[in-house]
Amino acid sequence: MTTATAHDGVRAAATAADPLVIAGRSFASRLITGTGGAPSMRVLEEALQASGTELTTVAMRRVTPGSDGSVWDVLERNGIAPLPNTAGCFTAADAVRTARLGREALGTDWVKLEVVADERTLLPDPVELLDAAERLVDEGFTVLPYTNDDPVLARRLEQVGCAAVMPLAAPIGSGLGIRNPHSLEMIVEQAGVPVIVDAGIGTASEAAQAMELGCDAVLLASAVTRAQDPVLMARAMRDAVTAGRSARLAGRIPVRRHAHASSPPADHP
Amino acid sequence: MEVTVNGERRAVDPGTTVGDLVRGLTGAANGVAAALNDEVVPRAGWDTATVAENDRVDVLTAVQGG
Repeated sequence: MTTATAHDGVRAAATAADPLVIAGRSFASRLITGTGGAPSMRVLEEALQASGTELTTVAMRRVTPGSDGSVWDVLERNGIAPLPNTAGCFTAADAVRTARLGREALGTDWVKLEVVADERTLLPDPVELLDAAERLVDEGFTVLPYTNDDPVLARRLEQVGCAAVMPLAAPIGSGLGIRNPHSLEMIVEQAGVPVIVDAGIGTASEAAQAMELGCDAVLLASAVTRAQDPVLMARAMRDAVTAGRSARLAGRIPVRRHAHASSPPADHP
Repeated sequence: MEVTVNGERRAVDPGTTVGDLVRGLTGAANGVAAALNDEVVPRAGWDTATVAENDRVDVLTAVQGG
């Protein structure tokens, strides 16, 4: 069927031919997921499958006896690349140490760099973050920093060699959505590396909005894992990211103050 | 002698290696990393890295997060 073929072509253009490229590595999916907060390992696995993600964050923690059957196994059997994070680190030294352990444990030099200022806000500490980013880049890591929605800091992170910048939409786990779309737009305008919105997304429309603003990908965890139906929300997020990306590429119509007829004005009966 | 393993004081025999301590905590072959006094010990060196009095050993694995 000719129509089906044409539609398939469009679909291919929106995915395979439009990959997310980070540090020379291509991903068909522009949705990066986290694994924290899922009610069970089984629900997590189904949600990851429904999301279509190819890259997923994990945290590094001390082994507790009998804690076998790990999230690592889930990622491995689904062919999802692990992205170890440095969650829970408050200083650059802490984050560097945790990143090294993640590299050793998971055999990847990719790291989601998180250096937060305090427990209450979990907002990034810009000074420690930049310091850690610089050290990890020097050690050969591919650094994806979780950062404030600050265009200046994003530029500094790119300058020290980060492979992407990941500004927050709102505080981690808040589900507040994109609080400062203008800042994200400014980061996107100047960035020479992928911009990934990380943290604060609550529902699908916000993930679509991030993509419409020109972000290259969305990273989210709680919005899926803590939804009432995580698997259904994972599917919604997958669709939202795809839709938002297509809308960005398609180019939206200008916003007008008054109506603009979509039917021909003349010759009506 | 005593060492600290994942934050807990523990008596161990002289000659105990990082590998011995890792295997005592987990049977998982993958996704585990060990540090001796905050320095990563590569897997290949686990069985030759012996611990000394008051050493700190941390054994970490990937968990749900982020």
